[in-house]
Amino acid sequence: MTPASHAVGSGPRDPAPADRPAALAARGAVKVFDDGTRALDGIDLAVRDGECVALVGESGSGKTTLLRLFNRTVEPTAGRVEVDGRDVTETDPVALRRGIGFVQQEGGLLPHWTVGRNVELVPELLGWAAARRRERAAALLALVGLEPARFAGRHPHQLSGGQRQRVAIARALAAEPGVVLLDEPFGALDALTRRELHDEFGRWRAALGATMLLVTHDLDEAFRLADRVGVMRAGRLLQAAPPAELAARPAHPYVASLLALRGGAG
Amino acid sequence: MSRPVRTRRREARRRGALPAAALLLGALGSAILPGALLGAAQDGFEALVPEDGAAEGPLRTAPTPATVIVGSKNFEESRLLAEIFAQLLEARTGLAVERRLNLAGTQVCFEALRTGAIDLYPEYTGTGLASILGRPAEGGPAVTLARVRREFLDRWDLWWLAPLGFENAYEIAVPDRLAREHGLTTISDLARVSRRLDAGFGYEFVERPDGLPGLARVYGLELRRVRPMQQAIKYRAAGAGEIDVLDVYTTDGRLLVHRLTVLEDDRGFFPPYQVAPLVRGATLREHPEVGAVLGLLAGAFDEETMRGLNLRLQEGAEEPAAVARDALAELGLVATAAGAAGDEAGAGRGSFAGYLWSRRAELGRRTLEHLALTGAALALGVALALPLGLALERRRWLAEPVIRAVGVTQTVPSLALLAFMIPLFGVGALPAVVALWIYSLFPILRNTYTGVRDADPAAVASAWALGMTAGQLLLRVRLPLAAPVILAGIRTSAVITVGTATLAAFIGAGGLGEPIVTGLQLADTRRILSGAIPAALLALAVDGLLALVERRVRPPGPA
Repeated sequence: MTPASHAVGSGPRDPAPADRPAALAARGAVKVFDDGTRALDGIDLAVRDGECVALVGESGSGKTTLLRLFNRTVEPTAGRVEVDGRDVTETDPVALRRGIGFVQQEGGLLPHWTVGRNVELVPELLGWAAARRRERAAALLALVGLEPARFAGRHPHQLSGGQRQRVAIARALAAEPGVVLLDEPFGALDALTRRELHDEFGRWRAALGATMLLVTHDLDEAFRLADRVGVMRAGRLLQAAPPAELAARPAHPYVASLLALRGGAG
Repeated sequence: MSRPVRTRRREARRRGALPAAALLLGALGSAILPGALLGAAQDGFEALVPEDGAAEGPLRTAPTPATVIVGSKNFEESRLLAEIFAQLLEARTGLAVERRLNLAGTQVCFEALRTGAIDLYPEYTGTGLASILGRPAEGGPAVTLARVRREFLDRWDLWWLAPLGFENAYEIAVPDRLAREHGLTTISDLARVSRRLDAGFGYEFVERPDGLPGLARVYGLELRRVRPMQQAIKYRAAGAGEIDVLDVYTTDGRLLVHRLTVLEDDRGFFPPYQVAPLVRGATLREHPEVGAVLGLLAGAFDEETMRGLNLRLQEGAEEPAAVARDALAELGLVATAAGAAGDEAGAGRGSFAGYLWSRRAELGRRTLEHLALTGAALALGVALALPLGLALERRRWLAEPVIRAVGVTQTVPSLALLAFMIPLFGVGALPAVVALWIYSLFPILRNTYTGVRDADPAAVASAWALGMTAGQLLLRVRLPLAAPVILAGIRTSAVITVGTATLAAFIGAGGLGEPIVTGLQLADTRRILSGAIPAALLALAVDGLLALVERRVRPPGPA
């Protein structure tokens, strides 16, 4: 079904022409969990190729659930979820996930593997040759600011929290995915480390050109890193717009109050 | 030649399994204390060291062709007679003889014979009549012998060969002092004063129809208190004035040295207890020489000779093999074996270290047997519980019921579990390994399941989200992360198994339980310790070794 020109994981690319399908799309997506919780209540969202969209909202607003629809770690109850124009429920979930980078709050590095092997995880699953994997891991460790010769042989517990998240990002980018999902990637870090990573985030994006969906509860982070910010509340997407537009024309009183809060916090 | 034997066994087992289980359940019902099974025979003494260690490999279950298996109950006279049978067969036939001595009581021994786990053992006609057939005593020795011969032949194709010439009956004794005080000469005299007296009776005696229940009925015997205990302990308790009445046996050597008055059975309650080899018909047909050679023992012993031989075991701490050799030489049935038992007789004296040293060969062999039992059970335990734990992680709704069901096995008393195996697997190493295997499952299963289930959730979630298949997730993430927890389960299981394996001696599996069981029957603390200390050290060693392995498989890092 997917047009050949939109294969996931093709690396840096030019901004998408308007007629191409969105890299990520949810149409009327609903998720009701087994316990009856209605986590998503009809979401419409399209993320363009190469775009970075941040989802903000309170805990339980559904932002992580929405993120997880795209790599089929959560299955939609109703509605349609697409990656590169292709309905995810028609894909092989394992192949789909290998083509999508993923970073979560506590990194989730495999504690029994070295940093190098962690970064090589997806290339290894994809059957890359060892030499190519190693080269790629070294390049990515260098990109995220960890000298490969020093860090590749270490184990995750020998790193600081910030370093671990850098490794997690290198791992997510290792197999040149077209899409990267980031679930509060900097949420557990101290303010200074977070600021450092924010500064570098733009560079990584530029180097890889991947489409990114970022879940965060940090409004500043969303405004700094994303092209558009989506505000979620109680399973609904209230507004998704570029930061300036969101600030200028909030479409919902909740969005306005959220932004006021941000102003208050400085 | 081995094929007809095996076929015969399997058939016998199939026919016998259910009634056998019922019998055992009955026997266990009365065995509330573990000790009850432990002393389920009359009582017991010196452990017998089989001469032919190689023929009694710990995992051997089916005899090779042209081997007969001699069994015995767990008391000294039974072991001595079995040893006499075995040595005579070795000397006078071309058959190899395997010894399965020390089986826990009449029911276990008889089941082993009936199911073909052993070929013969010494049995008492009165026990056959009252305990196995459940018939009341009636008539003299000849009538009793004829009755058990006919019924055993008809029902089970088991043959009572010619009696050995002496009777070893149950008798009731009181300390001389008490007999004088109350003028007691008969059991009827005792019944008049028994309400004020405490008794110490053997475990089997308390339950057997030809024991206390029948005695109480026939004589109206009522006692203030009945304490089931080991024979050796009864004599000591009587000497210390802690009990006033005890059951003894005609040929018990200790009657020669303890100040006891044996009371006359004035109402003829106890049946005659002639001793004879009880042999499987199939064995006699296959090896007619067995019947011919054991026939040489017809009338060979009287009560006094037997008492003297038993005393050498009971008080002299001599090994049955040596006493049996002397007895056969005395009868002119085997060549005199000069001085073969000299060093063993001296083993009863000296320091504990010296004692252990004198028994080093046996203890070494017992330790190896113990390790083999434990190792086999544990290997099988890992082979089942590990894959099962992994499978349950994939089907978590099943995990709780399955783990709980396996956990129930832990609540079955180990001795009972061992006994349940006899109708299914006979006696020896096989049933012991099966029972220990069942015991080993739970800790491994539980730890495998929880270890794999609870393995670093963030790591598992991210590896999954990055495209690992379920199999990859299991083998590359969950299993390595759970390894220390799984190892801890195996470690727990190993320590439990090493400890529980000491009970395997009750069903003839050998191991370090052998000196413990024998020591308990002898009230011989040194002998108990000679098994208990190595067993404890073995448990510590296994624990320490697995702790090292556990450290090695622990993933790097503090988490």
